[in-house]
Amino acid sequence: AAGHCPYRALLARRGGALRALCGSLRGLAAGPETHFGFQTVTEAERREKIYQVFESVAKKYDIMNDSMTLGIHRVWKDILVHKMNPSPGTLLLDVAGGTGDIAFRFINYVRSVRERQLQRKLRHHQNLSWQEIAASYQEDKSKSLGDSQVVVCDINKEMLKVGKQKAQHLGYSEGLSWVLGNAEELPFDDDKFDVYTIAFGIRNVTRIDLALQEAYRVLKPGGRFLCLEFSQVNNSLLSRLYDLYSFQVIPVLGEVIAGDWKSYQYLVESIRRFPPQEEFKAMIEDAGFFKVDYQNLNSGIVAIHSGFKL
Amino acid sequence: RRRPGRAGIGRAASGGAPAPEEEEEEEEGCSQLYPGHIPTSPLQKALLAAGSAAMALCDPYRHDMVAVLGETTGCLALPNLRDKMKHHPEGYRILQERPRIRLSTLDMARLRGLPDGTLGREYVRFLEDNKVSPDTRMPPKFVDDEELAYVIQRYREVHDLMHTLLGMPTNMLGEVVVKWFEAVQTGLPMCVLGAAFGPVRLSARKLQVLATELVPWAVRSGRNASCILNVYYEQRWEQPVESLREEIGIFPPP
Repeated sequence: AAGHCPYRALLARRGGALRALCGSLRGLAAGPETHFGFQTVTEAERREKIYQVFESVAKKYDIMNDSMTLGIHRVWKDILVHKMNPSPGTLLLDVAGGTGDIAFRFINYVRSVRERQLQRKLRHHQNLSWQEIAASYQEDKSKSLGDSQVVVCDINKEMLKVGKQKAQHLGYSEGLSWVLGNAEELPFDDDKFDVYTIAFGIRNVTRIDLALQEAYRVLKPGGRFLCLEFSQVNNSLLSRLYDLYSFQVIPVLGEVIAGDWKSYQYLVESIRRFPPQEEFKAMIEDAGFFKVDYQNLNSGIVAIHSGFKL
Repeated sequence: RRRPGRAGIGRAASGGAPAPEEEEEEEEGCSQLYPGHIPTSPLQKALLAAGSAAMALCDPYRHDMVAVLGETTGCLALPNLRDKMKHHPEGYRILQERPRIRLSTLDMARLRGLPDGTLGREYVRFLEDNKVSPDTRMPPKFVDDEELAYVIQRYREVHDLMHTLLGMPTNMLGEVVVKWFEAVQTGLPMCVLGAAFGPVRLSARKLQVLATELVPWAVRSGRNASCILNVYYEQRWEQPVESLREEIGIFPPP
C-alpha cells in the first residue's frame, strides 16, 4: 500500500487544486466547511449525513449503546439525573433525547421523590379528621408526578419513533411529550423550562454555539443547563487503550450487530473532534451561562457540564 | 499492478463519474481501493471474522454476516482462485472484462424465450421458482485487493448458477449441498464452515439423505469439476445444461 501512495498523492495534488476551486464554489452555495468525523464537508452536507446516520442506527441504537459501553452508559445517565435532582413540578426539556433514556429516568426519579413526599405527608396526617384525610388522598392520587413534565425534542423522526415505541412498551405516558425540532432553532418560547439536558447529542449538532444560545433562551431565569457528552481522557495509558478500543472494536461491533460500520466509524471520529472540557466550558460561558462547571466520569471518557441562567 | 485510471469493480455497471469516487478516495487516504471498500487492520479482520461467524450462527437470516465472514477469512483461498482464473483462457478473459450478473445486465425476456434445458431458460426458471434475484448479492467491503474483490463478487453472483447446474433449490438442504460443492471447489473457509454447520438445523430424515446421497455426490462433483469461476456463463446461455455439466465435470444430480 505504501508503494502506491506517492502515485496517488501526485493525482491528489493535481486534483487538489481543482478540488479546492470546486470546494470554494460549493462553499458559496452550501455554507462554510466543517467536519464529519475526520472528513471535511460543508455544513449542509454534515447535517444531511448525520441525519442519515441516526436514521440508520435508530432501531439498534439501544443495543449498540449497551454493547459498546458494556452497559456503563446507563450508569452515566443515572448520574446525570441524580445530579439534576429534580423535584416534583420540574419542567424538563431533553434535547436530542431520541430514544427517551433521560426522559424515562427523569420520570422515575420524580415519581419516587413524589412517593416519599406523600409518605411523609401521611405520617403528619395522624391527627387530622377522616374527611380531611380522604380529601388529601383524592388530590394526591391524580398527581403521581406532581405536575412534572418532560418534553423530548429530537431532529430525527426515526429516533423519536423508536422513543415513542419504547415509552409505550415500558408504560410511560403521563407527563411526557415528543417534539420534532432542531437544537439550533428550538420550537419553544423564551423562558419556558426549568432544566435543559442534552445527553450524547451536542456532539452531533453542527453549530454548537447556536444550540447553546437556544438553550439559554428557552430556560427560565434560575434554570439549569446540563450536558452529558464524551470528552477527552486525561490519563495517557487509559487514553491509548480507549483509542485502541474505539477504533478497532467499535466499528466491528457496528458491522456485526447493526450491519453498519460507517455510522460507528463516524461516532468514534466525532468523539475525537469534540472540544475538550475546558474549551467547551468556555463556549457555555460565552452563551451567557453562569457558574459553569464540569465533572469527569471515568477519567474523562465522559463529562457532565453544568451551567445556570441567572 | 493497480492501474490508476481504474475505479475498480462495478465501474461499468454503476456508470458513476470518476470525480466523486476520487474525492472519496482522497479523503480516506491511499487505502480505499474500490467503491464500498473499508480498509481494516489485521486485528479488526480477526474480530470481524469471529463476530460474523457467531452472529451468522445465532441469526441465519444475517446473510451480510456470511458475506463478511467470507471476506475476512478468504485471504488464502481468494488469491488461489484468482490464479486459477488467470491461468485459464476463459477465466483470464473474465478477469479482464469483469462481467456482472445483474437484472440490469441480463436480458430476462430473451433468456425466458430460450428452449427448455438451456442454461439461460433453466436459470430464469430457478430465479422465478425460488423467488430470488441476482441483485441481492452483497458487494465486498473488507477485501484489501481490488482484483480479489472482483473474484469474490463473481463467486457470489455465480452462486445461483451453481444452484441451477446442481439442480438444488434454495431451501436449507439445497443450500447446504451447494455449500459442500463450493467448499471443495473454492476452499473458502466460509463455505467449509457453512457446509459443516448448516446441517445442524435439518431434520433427521433430511440429514440422512444429505449424508448418504447428496454430500458424496456434491464432493465427487466438486473434485472432478474444473474451476467453476472459469466459465463465462454469460456467453453460454444457449448451451444445454446437461452439456455444460459434462463439460465442467459435474455428475448428474441424484
